[in-house]
Amino acid sequence: MIQFDNVSKSYDTGHDALSNISFALNSGEMAFLTGHSGAGKSTLLKLIMLMERPTRGQVLVGEQNLATLDRSQIPYHRRRIGVVFQNHQLLFDRTVFDNVVLPLMICGFTARDAGRRARAALDKVGLLSKERVNPIALSTGEQQRVGIARAIVHKPQLLLADEPTGNLDPQLSEEIMRLFLEFNLHGTTVLIASHDMGLIQRMQVRTLSLRQGRLLSDGRR
Amino acid sequence: MAEDNNNRRQGAPRGAQKVTPPPRQVVKRGASATGRRPAAKRASALRYDSDNPWQTAKTAFARLLVSPAATMMTIAVLAIALALPGVLYVGLKNIHQVSTSWQGDPRIALYLELSVDDSQAAELSRYLQQREDLAEVELISRKDGLEQFRSLSGFGDVISYLGYNPIPAVINIEPQRMSDDELIELQQQLELDPLVAEASLDMIWVQRLNSALEVTQRLTVMLGLLLGLAVLLVIGNTVRVSIESRRDEIVVAKLVGATDGWVRRPFLYTGAWYGILGGVCGWGLIQAALMLLDTPVQKLSGLYQNAFVLLGPDLIETSILIGTSLLLGLIGAWVAVSRYLRSIEPR
Repeated sequence: MIQFDNVSKSYDTGHDALSNISFALNSGEMAFLTGHSGAGKSTLLKLIMLMERPTRGQVLVGEQNLATLDRSQIPYHRRRIGVVFQNHQLLFDRTVFDNVVLPLMICGFTARDAGRRARAALDKVGLLSKERVNPIALSTGEQQRVGIARAIVHKPQLLLADEPTGNLDPQLSEEIMRLFLEFNLHGTTVLIASHDMGLIQRMQVRTLSLRQGRLLSDGRR
Repeated sequence: MAEDNNNRRQGAPRGAQKVTPPPRQVVKRGASATGRRPAAKRASALRYDSDNPWQTAKTAFARLLVSPAATMMTIAVLAIALALPGVLYVGLKNIHQVSTSWQGDPRIALYLELSVDDSQAAELSRYLQQREDLAEVELISRKDGLEQFRSLSGFGDVISYLGYNPIPAVINIEPQRMSDDELIELQQQLELDPLVAEASLDMIWVQRLNSALEVTQRLTVMLGLLLGLAVLLVIGNTVRVSIESRRDEIVVAKLVGATDGWVRRPFLYTGAWYGILGGVCGWGLIQAALMLLDTPVQKLSGLYQNAFVLLGPDLIETSILIGTSLLLGLIGAWVAVSRYLRSIEPR
């Protein structure tokens, strides 16, 4: 599903965020991406999302070489991916429901169909009762779950998460991780960036370790 | 990977962090996605933009009403910028209307010497009538001239005090169609005749008026172009401010796969609304200016014993005004959104 071939990313400031990264993540696989902050986790996810382009090397997602996608094709690439953001990126000027339905409106679903799917996604993360609440009134854990509902509402082939448990206590983190495991069981490819080593060890899935932009271990089992 | 936009708003209450999922509630089917619930209708109209163009237009209009004072001020600026060249244009149109009726056929008036008697004048008139290049020749004898003067000017009594007739015989000539240069040549030629005191070509001041009009016309075009550019910039900047206020929404929408067109569309409607409203208000200002001018103009034309109707912009000109304004609104919005979208492009 994801393939990195000798990928490097340097910024204009001279900082090398990633150097010579190569790995592959198969369809239906789940993996963690670990490393200290600044190790290049976010940069790697941004390359998959085409929020940034690599300086050298190739990134392939679903057998599509991202270098061949031009500006106008980026939206359609992103629609295949669901993303859970570190600070959830919810919009506080609208309800939980309207946050979750946004990707579907963008993809052009009819209002009725979109409503049905959005409620199914909210149900999956256990927040259907909060659909008409403004997300600002929710707890951090609930906000993160709304973010997850929005990431999976359009049934993406690939689910990315950037520190999805960053602000949560251990119990809530486990809850969230169990959600990701469940999506993976249903065939979604999942890649989660996290520095919560304790949690990762308990989860027992493949772990890619980054340090200063280099891939230390692939951890393939 | 996420932008830091939401960090400043992270202060959401942590509240009760229950692990067990809250009990499910029965939700009415298909209700809120279409915003059919009355309570949520107005609010959700501001949420996302549907595929229905009319709905998008209504949403964009509702957004304008969110800050009515700022919107009114912007529209007022647009209306003034559009009305200025508009009023000038309408003014020129009215002057043209008057001057073309004068300009129609240039005339030469031959004022004969006072010493010329009626028979000499009649002979000259007959001679001129035979010329091929003159369409019409009309002789007004000294006596007829005096009568006309008495009846039209109201100074008849003064004339009788003079004890003699000071009015010369006049021959009015309407030449065949000819160029301006030929007309001047004809005038000079006729003036050489010893019986003629003065040959006055009434075309010269019409020419002066016309060149003055031409200058004003150029000024109107230049002013129109400059103020059109101003309209473009005002709408572009207003849309830019509106983009800034929806920055988070655009960033999130782009991340979940919104196309440039999807992001651009609501702002194009915003620009179009500004264009239309500015154009309509500009038209209103032009009409108001005409109404204010109407009374004094009627008075003036009454003094000239002239039935003169002040012309406003007609249907085509009104459509051009509002259409141009709409187009400028669309272009301004397009440029503003495109600039913003380029700035968040991946590098």
